[in-house]
Amino acid sequence: MGQTIWQSMQQKGYSRREFLQFCSAAAAMAGLSQSSIGQVVSAFETQTRPAVVWMHFQECTCCSESFIRASHPTVADVLFDVLSLNYTETLMAPAGFQAEKSLEDTIRDQAGKYIVLVEGSVPLAADGVYCMVGGKSAEAILQTVAKDAAAVVAWGNCASNGCVQSAKPNPTQATPIHKLVDKPVINVPGCPPIADVMMGIVTHLLVVGETPELDDTGRPREFYGRRVHDTCYRRANYDAGLFVEAWDDENARKGYCLFKMGCRGPVTYNACAVVKWNEGTSYPIQSGHGCIGCSEAGFWDNEPFYQHLPEVPGFGIESTADKVGGTLGLVTLAGVATHAVLTNIRKKSVIAEQHRDDPKE
Amino acid sequence: MARIVVDPITRIEGHLRIEAVVENGVITDAFSAGTMVRGMEIILKGRDPRDAWAFCERVCGVCTTVHALASVRSVEDALGIKVPPTAELIRNIMLTTQYIQDHVVHFYHLQALDWVDVVNALKADPKKTAELAQSYSSWSKNTPGYFADVQNQVKKLAASGLGIFANGYWGNPAYKLPPEANLLAVAHYLDALAWQKEIVKIHAVFGGKNPHPNYLVGGMPCSIDINEVAAINSERLNLVASLIDQAQEFVTQVYIPDVLTIASFYKDWSKYGGGLTNYLSYGEFPTRGYNDPDAFKIPRGVVLNRDLSTVHPVNTHDSQEIKEYITSSWYTYTEGDSAGLQPWKGETHLNYTGPKPPFTSLEGFEKYSFLKTPRWKDQAMEVGPLSRMIVGYAAGRSDVKEVVTAALGKLNVPTEALFSTLGRTAARALDAELAMSYLREFYDDLMTRVKSGDVSTFNGEMWDPKSWPQDAEGVGMVEAPRGALAHWIKIHDGAIENYQLVVPTTWNGSPRDAKGQRSSFEQALIGNPVGNLDQPLEILRTIHSFDPCMACAVHLYDPQGRHLHQVSFE
Repeated sequence: MGQTIWQSMQQKGYSRREFLQFCSAAAAMAGLSQSSIGQVVSAFETQTRPAVVWMHFQECTCCSESFIRASHPTVADVLFDVLSLNYTETLMAPAGFQAEKSLEDTIRDQAGKYIVLVEGSVPLAADGVYCMVGGKSAEAILQTVAKDAAAVVAWGNCASNGCVQSAKPNPTQATPIHKLVDKPVINVPGCPPIADVMMGIVTHLLVVGETPELDDTGRPREFYGRRVHDTCYRRANYDAGLFVEAWDDENARKGYCLFKMGCRGPVTYNACAVVKWNEGTSYPIQSGHGCIGCSEAGFWDNEPFYQHLPEVPGFGIESTADKVGGTLGLVTLAGVATHAVLTNIRKKSVIAEQHRDDPKE
Repeated sequence: MARIVVDPITRIEGHLRIEAVVENGVITDAFSAGTMVRGMEIILKGRDPRDAWAFCERVCGVCTTVHALASVRSVEDALGIKVPPTAELIRNIMLTTQYIQDHVVHFYHLQALDWVDVVNALKADPKKTAELAQSYSSWSKNTPGYFADVQNQVKKLAASGLGIFANGYWGNPAYKLPPEANLLAVAHYLDALAWQKEIVKIHAVFGGKNPHPNYLVGGMPCSIDINEVAAINSERLNLVASLIDQAQEFVTQVYIPDVLTIASFYKDWSKYGGGLTNYLSYGEFPTRGYNDPDAFKIPRGVVLNRDLSTVHPVNTHDSQEIKEYITSSWYTYTEGDSAGLQPWKGETHLNYTGPKPPFTSLEGFEKYSFLKTPRWKDQAMEVGPLSRMIVGYAAGRSDVKEVVTAALGKLNVPTEALFSTLGRTAARALDAELAMSYLREFYDDLMTRVKSGDVSTFNGEMWDPKSWPQDAEGVGMVEAPRGALAHWIKIHDGAIENYQLVVPTTWNGSPRDAKGQRSSFEQALIGNPVGNLDQPLEILRTIHSFDPCMACAVHLYDPQGRHLHQVSFE
C-alpha cells in the first residue's frame, strides 16, 4: 500500500492528460458534474488503493461475473490501480486458511478503512448451517467482517433483497444484508446489477469518499431513481397504444411495447434503458423480452411473468406509473405475509384465472 | 497420517470444502462437501412452467444460460413443443458462446494460478518472453514492449499489496514454469479478462443482457427482421460476426497455444487425477431438432471402464437409469437412506446432521455434504469436457479425433494421458476449439436462414396453458460447459408439481453413494502428491481441473422434512 492512484498511473506511463480523462470518466460514471472533477482529481491524488473485501454467501456468482464485464473502467484497471481487492473467493490465489488469512489481515490492519462488498443473502434458519465457509456460518462471518468496515455495499438482489432463494416459501430464511448489519448499507439491486453501474458505485465511494445519495430503500438515486418504463425507447409505442400481442408477431419485429407480454418496466427502478448492458450493447426489452423486474424486492413473487399488469386492480393503460407502483407494492406486501401453501394455491388460481380470462383467447 | 482441510476452495463458483487424508506425502482418501443450499426446487413448486427458466437460470451466474435452456427444453419435452429452426440456431449460438467464454475464464482466472507463479514473472526477460510467445502464435500483442509493461504493472502491484494475489503459494517448488512462461501467462490473464466481456455481447444481442440473458419456452424472445431498426437486423448480425472473429483469434492464437505450452512443463500431471473410469455425455447442439440426437454435433452416450470400443446409449426418461442417493448427504428418504430415486420421483427433505458451526472437521460424520449423489445404472460417472472428448472419440467423431490426436502429438504423450488432471485441462481447451468451429457454422446457417426469409423464432402452438394436458412430464437435457445437466419437470393443471435438477457438479463433486463408491472429485484426488501440507496446491490442481460449480450442485431443500410428493396444492 502507500501508493496513490495518480502515482500508480504515472508509473504505468499514463500522462497527466490521460489521468484527467480517467478522472472525468470516473466522475461521469459516479454521476458527478463536471464542476466536481477537481474533487475527483484530488481524491485520486491523495488516496492509496483502499482495501476491499468481497464476501460470497447464498449467491450464484452472477454479480462477480457482471463486475468483470465492466468496460469503463475495466476490472483489470480497477484491480491494479484503484483498489486492493484482498478477499474474493472467486478470483483470489490462495485457498483454505491462507485465504482466510487474507481476510483476517485486512480486518486487523485496515480496521475502519476497508470496504465490504457482499454478494448473496444470509440464511438464518437452522443455526446458519445452510451457508458455511471454513466451518463458520455466513451470519457469523458477516458480523465479523462488517463490524469495522468503513462502508458496506450489498451487490445484487440477493444481498439487497434476498432474491430467488427468498421467494416463497423462503426455505432457508434467506435474509438481505441490511437487516443484519448495524450500519447503513448501500443496496445495488438487480440480478445481477449492470457492470458499469457497479463500477460507478465503487468509483463514487472511493473517489468522493462518501456514499452516493440514496433513496429510502438504500439504492443510489443515480442509477435507481427512474423507472425502466420512463426511460425506455419503446415508451412512445406504449403511449400510442402500439403493443406486441404475441411473441415474434409483426409488432414484435417492429419493436412495439412489450407491456401486454408482461413487461415489468412500469414498476421497476433501474438504469437498464439508459446505461444498458454489456457496454451499451442492449437490454432485455431491446432484445424482445419484457423486463422481469429483477431489481425490485420480491419480484420473483410478482409472477406469472407473462401475465400483464392490468390484472392488478386499479391499473389500466392510462394509469400513471406511480399509481401502478403503489398498487403492486400492496399486492407484494400481502403476498409476503401469506403462508407458503396458501401462496401456491393463490399462484395456481391466478394462473388458472389468467387462462380463463386471457383476452387473446 | 494427516487430515488436511481446504475450505474455502477458492477460484470456483460457490462453497466447497475438501478434507483429504495424506500419508507419506500422498493422498489416500478424500471427502468433498458442498456447504451451501438455497432450495430452488421447492420455490419452483406451484409456479407457471413458462417462468421456470428465469428461476433456474439463477441457479448459477457462471454457467449462465445453461439452466435456462435446460428448463425451457424440459417444458418443451413435456408438452411436445418443436422449436423453430431459427430459434434452435440462436440457442446454439448462445450456448457455444457460453462454452468459449466459460472455458477461457476458467483457464486463466480460476485455474491458471495453480500452475503459474505470478511473482516469479518479475524475473522474466520481456524480450525472451516475446520470442517464446511468437514461437507458437502470431498474436499481435506478443511484443517485448507489451510484456515489459505488464511486468511493470505486476511490480507496482507487488510493491503496494498484491490484492487477489496476496498469500498465494508463490515460490512453491511445484511451480515449474520458467519466468518467461509465467510472465506470458500473467499478461494473457489480463488480456483474457479484457476479452471475455466482449464475446458475451452475443448474449446481449439475442438475450438482452449477460449474465442471465432471456429465454422463452417455444423459441427465443428476439425477433429477426433485416428491414426493421428494432429487431435483430444487419447491424446486430454484423456485431455478432465481428465478435465471433475476435473470439476465433483469441482462442486459436492465445488460449489453445497457452494451454499446450503450460501443459508441456507439467507432463508429470498426466499421471495424477485420473479418477473414475466411466464417462457420461448427454450430447449437444441439435441441428435437426432436439429429438434427433443422431444429428447432434457432440454425441450422447456413456463410456465404461475407459473402453473406447463401445458407446452405451443413455435414456434420461428411463425409470432405472439415473437415480440419486443420499446415504452421505444431509437428507433422508422414506424408504431408507440407502435407496436411490429417479428424479421424477425425487423426494427431498433436509436433515443436517453435521457439526454445529463453527467446526473444524467433518471427520467421523457419515453424512457430510448438501450434494446428493447421482448414478447412471448405479455407476459413478465423470462429466464435463473430458467426457465429451472420450465419448466423441469412442463414437468415431472425426473432428474430436482430429483435435485430440493433434494435442497429444504436440505434447508427445500417449492417449492414456487424457485420463488425468492434465488431460482434463487440455480437453477443456479442445472443447473450446470445437465449440468455436460450431459457433461459426451456426452463424453461417443463421445467415442462410436470414437470406431465405424464414426467420420465425417462436412456436406459439402450445403457449396457452389451456392447450396443455392436465398432467405432463418432461426432461430438459443440456450438455453444459461443465458437463451433463438435466431438469426433470412434472406439470399438473398448468403449474409445476415437481421439479428436479441433476447438474454436472452434482455428478462430479458428490459424496459417496450407498455402496461406498466415490464420485469424481474424491476418486481423482487419491494418489495425488502433496508436497507441503500447508500449501494445498496439488489438491487445487485436480479439483480445479473439473471446474466445480457448487451453486449448481446444491439446490435441493425442504425445511420441514415433508415428503414433497405428498404436498397438496389443492
